[in-house]
Amino acid sequence: MTVNVKNMIRKKQTNRFFLRFTEKAAPVFFLLCAAISVLTTVGIILTLFVETITFFNKVSFIEFITGTQWWPFGRNPSYGILPLVSGTMLITIIASAVALPIGLASAIYLSEFAGERTRKVVKPVLEVLAGIPTIVYGFFALTFVTPVLEMIIPDLPVFNALSPGIVVGVMIIPMIASLSEDALHSVPISMREGALAIGSTRLEMAMKVVVPSALSGIISSFVLGISRAIGETMIVAVAAGATPKLTWDVTESIQTMTGYIVQVSLGDVSYGSTAYYSIYAVGMTLFVFTLIMNIISHYISRRFKEDY
Amino acid sequence: MNLVDKQIVQKSMGRRILKNQLGRTVFFLASVFGIAILAVLFYRILSEGMGYLDWNFLTNFASRFPEEAGIKAAIIGSLWLMAVTAPVSLLLGVGTAIYLEEYAKDNKMTRFIQMNISNLAGVPSVVFGLLGLTVFVRLMEMGRSIMAGGLTMSLLILPIIVVSSQEAIRAIPKNQYEASFAMGATKWQTVLRVVLPAAIPGILTGGILALSRAIGETAPLLMIGALSFIAYLPENVWSGFTVLPIQIFHWTGRPQEEFHLVASAGIIVLLVLLLLMNSIAVFIRNKFSKRS
Repeated sequence: MTVNVKNMIRKKQTNRFFLRFTEKAAPVFFLLCAAISVLTTVGIILTLFVETITFFNKVSFIEFITGTQWWPFGRNPSYGILPLVSGTMLITIIASAVALPIGLASAIYLSEFAGERTRKVVKPVLEVLAGIPTIVYGFFALTFVTPVLEMIIPDLPVFNALSPGIVVGVMIIPMIASLSEDALHSVPISMREGALAIGSTRLEMAMKVVVPSALSGIISSFVLGISRAIGETMIVAVAAGATPKLTWDVTESIQTMTGYIVQVSLGDVSYGSTAYYSIYAVGMTLFVFTLIMNIISHYISRRFKEDY
Repeated sequence: MNLVDKQIVQKSMGRRILKNQLGRTVFFLASVFGIAILAVLFYRILSEGMGYLDWNFLTNFASRFPEEAGIKAAIIGSLWLMAVTAPVSLLLGVGTAIYLEEYAKDNKMTRFIQMNISNLAGVPSVVFGLLGLTVFVRLMEMGRSIMAGGLTMSLLILPIIVVSSQEAIRAIPKNQYEASFAMGATKWQTVLRVVLPAAIPGILTGGILALSRAIGETAPLLMIGALSFIAYLPENVWSGFTVLPIQIFHWTGRPQEEFHLVASAGIIVLLVLLLLMNSIAVFIRNKFSKRS
């Protein structure tokens, strides 16, 4: 009997040692997990930075940011990023022209006009739209939107900026709609009641009271949406073509920064060549663009946030 | 005395009401736009792909001939990828969330980690591809393997898992902690036996949604150099591989019309897979949301 008790005590003690160890080790382990996310950022920045430096040893920085020819594969390669930037801008502008009005309008409808039943149908559909893989959107742009556009613009080439631009817009509608709706939703009901009480119609209430009050949230959703459009890859890789061109003609075949990175990773560009390092310089430019947009969005939503 | 000219009021009211109706209709049309697009997209893909969707399509390897092309290697590759991504991203994501919610003090470092995570969520996926290519494929010499692809995907969806896990942990009522501490439990015991079980449904829901993002993601894996044309199944995590979205991408890029139909069939399989994962997530959410 006594042996048993001793055993139990000993067991308890080893247990306690184990417990004390896990008690101390757990926070360290979880901190390490959290450190991974910071390391990822450090990794991204370091990777881009180091390889971009290698690139700039071969190509002058001035040529890179002011050159108007992007021609990395020929015998006389030229690395001016402006055509890729203009391609990205073109896609982003078309996408914004589609997504900002439609996204905001559906947010206003869902938050200010729709009944509970409509909301229950539309919101899940938006979630489904947001969950569709971008390659599916790319396929849709190439095999459906482009042929439809060809009916309207007869001599539209297979690869053009318009079709992927529109589809990128469709892709970011759910994001803008749901973030804007959150912003509209956080406007207190008393402000709506006030507007209605002085005799305004629903539309006047929405446009003159609710939307202006939620403006910071709406604009930050716009900026986030635009940032998504800049970074979108597969839709443009599939449907926009691969001809970097400094043009504002939406019917022409263009290439975006993301499209170029994909093109290089598909082809057999040899490791260590200038063209290989150029994807890091382009990636760095892309990263800086989206980072600035994200910071602006954070800044707007924090700086101009109205607390009710 | 007649202070209000009823006719003028009526006239201007009429215009305002008309405007109201007009605005309502325009906003309504805008919110229906998404539904319309979704309907057209589904209709197109179903009508094109159904013809090629049969048992052989699921069990054949990729082929030069559209009739014989299949997605066996792609499906198995996607599953392998998930087998690496799911444990790594869940472990890191939940660990980070527990650290931020339970252990971290409210200081500059914590805020920095939090800000860092929300910034990572906004980094384009193709940049993660560059990271994976440089660090995993070249620096760590993993080659163009499932391991390299899976780790890259884990980092890509990490922010989503962290944020949803944080929300799940935050939703646990404070009195459960108090009860646990009152019973003499230590911090770690509380985390392991009270916090985690209570947060599991939320964590799983967010995790599955994040994984469904990873399963549809193409660009980073293209960067890593996932193959497009393989006629064997991966043997272990160091094998070369292909996944569904990449297979679809290559079929889409083919000039022959038939391959577009094959791509549609592939998209149907991908969408069914996503639908399945999303319904599981919604099921878990609905089943457990009543309790807490």
